Amino acid sequence: MTVPLAIKEIASQIEKKYPGSIEEAAQNSLVVKSDSLLAIAGYLKDTEGLKFDYFNYVTAVDYYTYFEVVYQLTSLEFNHTVILKTRCYNRENPAVPSVTGLWQGADFQEREIFDLMGIRFEGHPNLKRIFLWEGFQGHPLRKDYLQ
Amino acid sequence: MTTTGEITFKTEPFVLNFGPVHPSTHGVYRMRATLDGEVVLDIEPVFGYLHRGIEKLAEERTYTGFIPLTDRLDYISPMSNNLGYCLAVEKLAGIKVPERAEYIRVIIAELQRLANHCIAVGSFLSDCGAMFTPFMYMFREREKILDLFDMVCGQRLTYNYMRIGGVSQDIPDEFLPALHKFMGTMPGMIEEWENLLKQNEILLARTKGVGILPREMAINCGISGPVARGSGVKWDLRKADPYSIYDRFEFDIPTGEVGDCYDRYRVRVEEMKQSLRIIKQAMEKIPSGPIRAEVPHLIRPPAGEAYAHIEAPKGELGFYIVSDNSIAPYRCHVRPTSLINLTALREMVKGWKVADLIAIFGSIDITMGEVDR
Repeated sequence: MTVPLAIKEIASQIEKKYPGSIEEAAQNSLVVKSDSLLAIAGYLKDTEGLKFDYFNYVTAVDYYTYFEVVYQLTSLEFNHTVILKTRCYNRENPAVPSVTGLWQGADFQEREIFDLMGIRFEGHPNLKRIFLWEGFQGHPLRKDYLQ
Repeated sequence: MTTTGEITFKTEPFVLNFGPVHPSTHGVYRMRATLDGEVVLDIEPVFGYLHRGIEKLAEERTYTGFIPLTDRLDYISPMSNNLGYCLAVEKLAGIKVPERAEYIRVIIAELQRLANHCIAVGSFLSDCGAMFTPFMYMFREREKILDLFDMVCGQRLTYNYMRIGGVSQDIPDEFLPALHKFMGTMPGMIEEWENLLKQNEILLARTKGVGILPREMAINCGISGPVARGSGVKWDLRKADPYSIYDRFEFDIPTGEVGDCYDRYRVRVEEMKQSLRIIKQAMEKIPSGPIRAEVPHLIRPPAGEAYAHIEAPKGELGFYIVSDNSIAPYRCHVRPTSLINLTALREMVKGWKVADLIAIFGSIDITMGEVDR
């Protein structure tokens, strides 16, 4: 059985290493500030005993006041998992750092979010629309998109 | 630059377009390949020809009303899509599925895996140049599975069979005898292909050592299913994170060693044998009883979010659903196995010939309905 990691524990561990980087330690997910996302993701991937080597998915949800980007990571070695989230409050020009440098599996998925939700992933090697055509106006998965 | 004897030719890379309409692209996949003569230097995949906005459509449908659309994701194995989605909603709403329904689901899901691997292996061999004969052999067997599905839900391709909390209707009385008959013939059929193909020199020459996907790269690219297991990643969600009642059955996880096209092909054939083992055990133990939990017509899961994943025939298929306590999902994201499994294709084909490009692509086994959604 894949065990969800105890969020409280991992949050205090990260807080010690990167003070002020955590926005909220919810019951089953860890919400981090977007400017420290890369550092925390790298920490989760490379620390002994955590080793989140497998990238399940990344997706984004539009909550009107902010966008939430959701990452799920799994360690194949220890069979545990964690849900990592970050929020962007800037609706005009939302951006989060890209994790493709850590997990290549994020490549197409980040392009998909950029295409359909309009969130830029800074540092992505090939950030352009993936499903819709160039010149398409708007981002259909946003809640305020009118068909 | 190519030198033959004393003559030196100047060569230039050129771009060749594969697809979107081409027999080898398994749907409407398109890639722009940069070639030097016959050698592949680079490829760039182009998606979107089958994009229907299924995730957006989910937001304006009821939870049950979205099930028919999941059929259209990976249309080679719709039953698995049904199952993955229903598991996610059940997790979100805290619904307990009756025993009999769990057994029916496992039998159906494993039959679906057999049907999917029939197509995967058949079309892969067809891509390797074995035109139509193996393809038709595999389709003949798949046809028998489709007959069984026809029996339980009246459909041959878009089943819409699973329901939140169970399945839409009980299996008819004729189903188990028919399944029994199928179980009697299928191992012999797999044996027959094995004899034809396992030591086939042409197949070995076309697939051994071709398109190697190293283990580390497979993990880093988030690759799952037979492709990852072909590279030696012993990861199967039925064992690693058992859903439904998979913890009650005995089966092995076949893995490859090298991660070449041949290993991926072998893993699929071995998996078919394991699926038969699971179906056999499930047939023996299937209890009687209700086939669906009592759920309201309009399900309103409590506000929150849930992610449920299954080991679909192609790999990890997941549904991430956010609920705001209304009758429709606030957000429904599909973790697309086929799209993510394509991530490593670019690295896998570099330096191979055009004919190998087709074989390597075929060995990944994708469905465009799931890639583009």
